[in-house]
Amino acid sequence: MGHTVTSFDEDLNAIDRLIHDMGDLAGEMVVSSTRSLVDTDAALAQRVISDDTIMDARQRELDDRAITLIAKRQPVAQDLRSVVSAIRMAADLERIGDLAKNISKRVSAVGEGGAPRSLSHSIDAMAQLVVAQVHNVIQAYEVRDAERLKLLRAEDEKIDIQYTGIFRELLTYMMEDPRNITACTHLLFCAKNLERIGDHVTNIAENAYYVTTGMQLPLYRPKADETSVSG
Amino acid sequence: MNTETKQEATAMHMPAEKIVPQSDLYTRETTTVRTPDENPGPVRVSARDVSVFYGQKQALFDVSIDVPEKSVTAFIGPSGCGKSTFLRTLNRMNDTIEGCRMTGKITLDGADIYDPSLDPVELRARVGMVFQKPNPFPKSIYENVAYGPRIHGLSRSRSELDSIVESSLQKAGLWSEVKDRLNEGGTSLSGGQQQRLCIARAIAVSPEVILMDEPCSALDPIATARIEELIDELKQNYTIVIVTHSMQQAARVSQRTAFFHLGNLVEEGPTDLIFTSPVEKRTQDYITGRFG
Repeated sequence: MGHTVTSFDEDLNAIDRLIHDMGDLAGEMVVSSTRSLVDTDAALAQRVISDDTIMDARQRELDDRAITLIAKRQPVAQDLRSVVSAIRMAADLERIGDLAKNISKRVSAVGEGGAPRSLSHSIDAMAQLVVAQVHNVIQAYEVRDAERLKLLRAEDEKIDIQYTGIFRELLTYMMEDPRNITACTHLLFCAKNLERIGDHVTNIAENAYYVTTGMQLPLYRPKADETSVSG
Repeated sequence: MNTETKQEATAMHMPAEKIVPQSDLYTRETTTVRTPDENPGPVRVSARDVSVFYGQKQALFDVSIDVPEKSVTAFIGPSGCGKSTFLRTLNRMNDTIEGCRMTGKITLDGADIYDPSLDPVELRARVGMVFQKPNPFPKSIYENVAYGPRIHGLSRSRSELDSIVESSLQKAGLWSEVKDRLNEGGTSLSGGQQQRLCIARAIAVSPEVILMDEPCSALDPIATARIEELIDELKQNYTIVIVTHSMQQAARVSQRTAFFHLGNLVEEGPTDLIFTSPVEKRTQDYITGRFG
């Protein structure tokens, strides 16, 4: 049911649209950044870096709109939850943009040699999984699907498992041949960034779940990143 | 009695905007959604299955609620939802409306307030009321406050009466503004001051419960803030029930909120919960401004 004051709905919709746009942009940036690193594509890397400026601008716009809406409308209940959570989700999406930018910045550092194809297969697969998570969480938020959000949060475990695998794999390559160390270290940071992006998706899922149900998910979250133990 | 005379009778006691033509929408509904407090306090006022009829029309359907002591309970809901009607049953103000009939049970500290042996005047001293429009008597500030204690025989001497007047005005946050002009007319005060005078008048007879029917709707924001501050202080010693059209006010001043709609108590629970995650969809639609 819409608000009696329709401009209230318009204000809320504008905020939701920004979340949607930021989600799309974040997904694109994650794909492109990993691509640019794996293919040593400097032009693509540059695009990701400039996309991050757009992302920052959108976050600021969302913050402004949300604060103005709170000041003007004094939202309560579901409205208040969605405005406050939008601010938080935008912050997570903005961080996802930063992490993608960080991956792209490594393209020049990996340098002329580039990352050997054989090293980047797993990263590619991990990136795809992460991107799917980013898209799914925004979609599930748009249709306010609490069950799917809960599942998405649990699925972060898959990303963590992949990260652990990549960590071990890259370690092996580095031990095999020290000339791999530079490229592998950058790929390792890339994998770490992807894993962090997964954590931000988890945060978004938790916030979206709260918007939808008014309840917080339990604090416990599956954790399968074992690098701290195995490393 | 025909409807017209009933409405006239009603109009004498209720502000005109409160009389809402009744439609077929008024029906008994399923049970109220209740969320108890985490640490429920002792109950002061308890209502069970309270129904109110104006002539043939039923305005309130089986309302049951417990009002905890030394806290503020807010009644919210759209016009004609029955919140004021219910508030008025708590000190038998509806007795004065011709054709108004009430069923169910209301207890104050466990005793039935509709017990025939109970004097309604005594009851109204224990359950005071503050109205929407400040309505001081056309007498001096002093007399406005002294009137209640005098007729209830609460003071034996002039000096005792003086001290009741002073402490009541102090509790109502008005003393410093009027102490030098106690003999001036109560109506010479500003709207906000008049309302605080009415609160002082209610406090003067040492009530246990104070009912407030939209006490700030005729006041400006500053005067409203002072009354809200006062309500916050009064809840240390009194049990307060407030009817308000301002949802923000209910959110600010109350500990528990009850939402009425079309004569039914739809949901009641801790205010923090009602304004962040209400259980009932109608509560949510109302407080977020999605009604109708």
